[in-house]
Amino acid sequence: MSNATPKQLIHGNQIVADQWTLVKLPVLGEEVVRKQAGKVVLFKLTGEPGASAEQIAATEIPASGKVIVPLSVWLARKAELQERLAKGELGVWLATHEVVEALAADQADLNVFPLIAVFVERFADGRIFSIGNLLRTRHAYKNELRAFGDVLRDQLFFLKRCGYDSYLIRADRSAEDALAGLQDFSEPYQGAVDLAEPVWRRRQRNGATA
Amino acid sequence: MYKYDEIDQAIVNERVAQYRDQTRRYLAGELSDEEFRPLRLQNGLYIQRHAPMLRIAIPYGTLASYQLRKLAEITRRYDRGYGHFSTRQNLQLNWPRLEDTPDILAELATVQMHAIQTSGNCIRNITTDQFAGIAPDEIIDPRAVAEIMRQWSTFHPEFALLPRKFKIAVSGSQQDRALVQAHDIGLEFFYDADHKMAIKVWVGGGLGRTPILGTVINEQLEWQHVLTYCEAIIRVYNLHGRRDNSYKARIKILVKALGIDEFRRQVDAEWANLKDGPNTITEAELERVAHHFTRMPYDTLPAHDASFDAAIASNPAFAAWVKRCVHAHREPGYRAVTLSLKPYGVAPGDATTEQMQVVADLADRYSFNELRVSHEQNLILTDVRLSDLYALWETARAHGLATPNIGLLTDIICCPGGDFCSLANAKSIPIAEAIQRQFDNLDYLHDIGDLELNISGCMNACGHHHIGHIGILGVDKDGSEWYQVTIGGKQGSDASLGTVIGPAFSADEMPGVVQRLIDVYIAQRSDEERFIDTVRRIGVAPFKEYVYADKAGKKEAAHV
Repeated sequence: MSNATPKQLIHGNQIVADQWTLVKLPVLGEEVVRKQAGKVVLFKLTGEPGASAEQIAATEIPASGKVIVPLSVWLARKAELQERLAKGELGVWLATHEVVEALAADQADLNVFPLIAVFVERFADGRIFSIGNLLRTRHAYKNELRAFGDVLRDQLFFLKRCGYDSYLIRADRSAEDALAGLQDFSEPYQGAVDLAEPVWRRRQRNGATA
Repeated sequence: MYKYDEIDQAIVNERVAQYRDQTRRYLAGELSDEEFRPLRLQNGLYIQRHAPMLRIAIPYGTLASYQLRKLAEITRRYDRGYGHFSTRQNLQLNWPRLEDTPDILAELATVQMHAIQTSGNCIRNITTDQFAGIAPDEIIDPRAVAEIMRQWSTFHPEFALLPRKFKIAVSGSQQDRALVQAHDIGLEFFYDADHKMAIKVWVGGGLGRTPILGTVINEQLEWQHVLTYCEAIIRVYNLHGRRDNSYKARIKILVKALGIDEFRRQVDAEWANLKDGPNTITEAELERVAHHFTRMPYDTLPAHDASFDAAIASNPAFAAWVKRCVHAHREPGYRAVTLSLKPYGVAPGDATTEQMQVVADLADRYSFNELRVSHEQNLILTDVRLSDLYALWETARAHGLATPNIGLLTDIICCPGGDFCSLANAKSIPIAEAIQRQFDNLDYLHDIGDLELNISGCMNACGHHHIGHIGILGVDKDGSEWYQVTIGGKQGSDASLGTVIGPAFSADEMPGVVQRLIDVYIAQRSDEERFIDTVRRIGVAPFKEYVYADKAGKKEAAHV
């Protein structure tokens, strides 16, 4: 990674260098963009295609260093990735239309992964929040949980509350500015991932005085 | 009513700071239109035809007089001297400047108000019966749970960016006045066999482009679980609701696609993991919040008042107002009063700065400093002594707030329509005004009796046209404005959706069309039968036949 580019990663409430290399599925032949009513289809029940066997096979994984591989590649090439996993060099990423259960189904303990990342194509796609919540609460995942893609300052507070602790800010935005977004509210009302209890369990609240 | 503690106050203050900075970044070009859009919408700010529209939250329709005075001040200082009360019990400003909106929110925060989540794809203002707490048919006052849900839904991190907007209504009376069947989630409170508070949960109702009445997903939910159960419902929706087509993104479409049984199965599977978790409401928290909604300090009054009876007997105008605008109360000697925001010639639901100040004064003098907003777009004083009604009426009448038309044909529910709203296909306010002019004879209006006429300027259905006894929908055909008419819709426990009577009409035909519908009703009704009853008994056909009689004639003539 070049020193000239600004750091975009927030982890542990500070801006840090990214030690992970993101592995994407290769585009084979003509890319087919499925559209409906002019918008890219992100809805899994309308037939978001999974990665093809060819794509999975053709995915090039760097031979060394920490890598984040697509969920589909992990599921299909698990055997060859075991060694990397044992070395703590393997993370997995999923897109918001993919289901957490696919990852959890044959991997009882998700804490074998030092990192799980979730890709959000458009910031308005709130599925990323439920996915974070499920990973942390249902599947007891404790290691780094990263949001990447269209990750912007004004969603960071919500992402934090849903269990994310790592945010790769979109390349054209300042991570420095985005840091402030984590502090938007001091005492939120409802219980969520970061603060499991609602405010009326955390704090003594005044009754009616009038 | 609910009073903020320092935690509530900190949240609205921090929201003002957050939004001020978002607006600054937008105006400085650091946020794109697309990025700012959901941020401003979650603060109730739309970009409209003439200016932005700012929608201010009035949680479950309850206001204190000092809050209404602040709203009045804001309409004078930042707008054009009036505001519009909406069908979701909120207040809309039609002419604020974008640059001023952070200051408006700061003003609101000084009176424990805000515009949080009044728009956008998130959980919206929770609405309820305008007579909550005083209605004789009330089983459970739903306001405490409504407030707990307001807090829970405010900046709920998991549900900040849902596929589409999400509306919750609560009701605790025998006769539903909160449209629970027309909401994404409707909560109907009752006492179970052990006299414990329980909730019947409706899901997947909604008007809009695809009107559907809700389905019962849970016949009997213990109240402690209402937050976790709603989280289960909304999580299933958040993960699986459609995001590729905004017309098919409401939860009702998902419920229909999966079927209620499969949807319920998925919700129950989620809920198994959430049930009894930290968001389970405790007795102590319910008690703390319910303490804000205790019985008003009523005097012990006789059930009758001689001066009131005398005024009724001697003053027909007062008697007519009492008949339409005064409602039963559970306390002897008290009544609820609806101040009509439907005088003729004014957009339904609009109130001027001066009227807001007058209503605040009336609330202080006669009704424990509080008032309500109804989804029918009127203002309610809930706790007025019988002996004060005459004096209240005189003041209200002097300020155009005593039109005796509540529940009558001219008490029209109407969205802002094409005059203001950029979503609208057609104007709605001029149609309302033309119909009000057509039926300006009070005796005739009273003879027609109970009738709900609802107008929406587009299929988003802010005017709830599907559940009007007569519903009017503005549609666009080849660039000009037309109006489609439905009859037989109804709100309440026996809710129904109206049936379209036929091809749409032009604006100038509309008063005549409504007149013909009324003519059929008058000719066909039996004793005591309301318009809706006649429609349900004889069906749509006789109405349709008479309304289109001329049109058929003309067509035939044209073919000769």
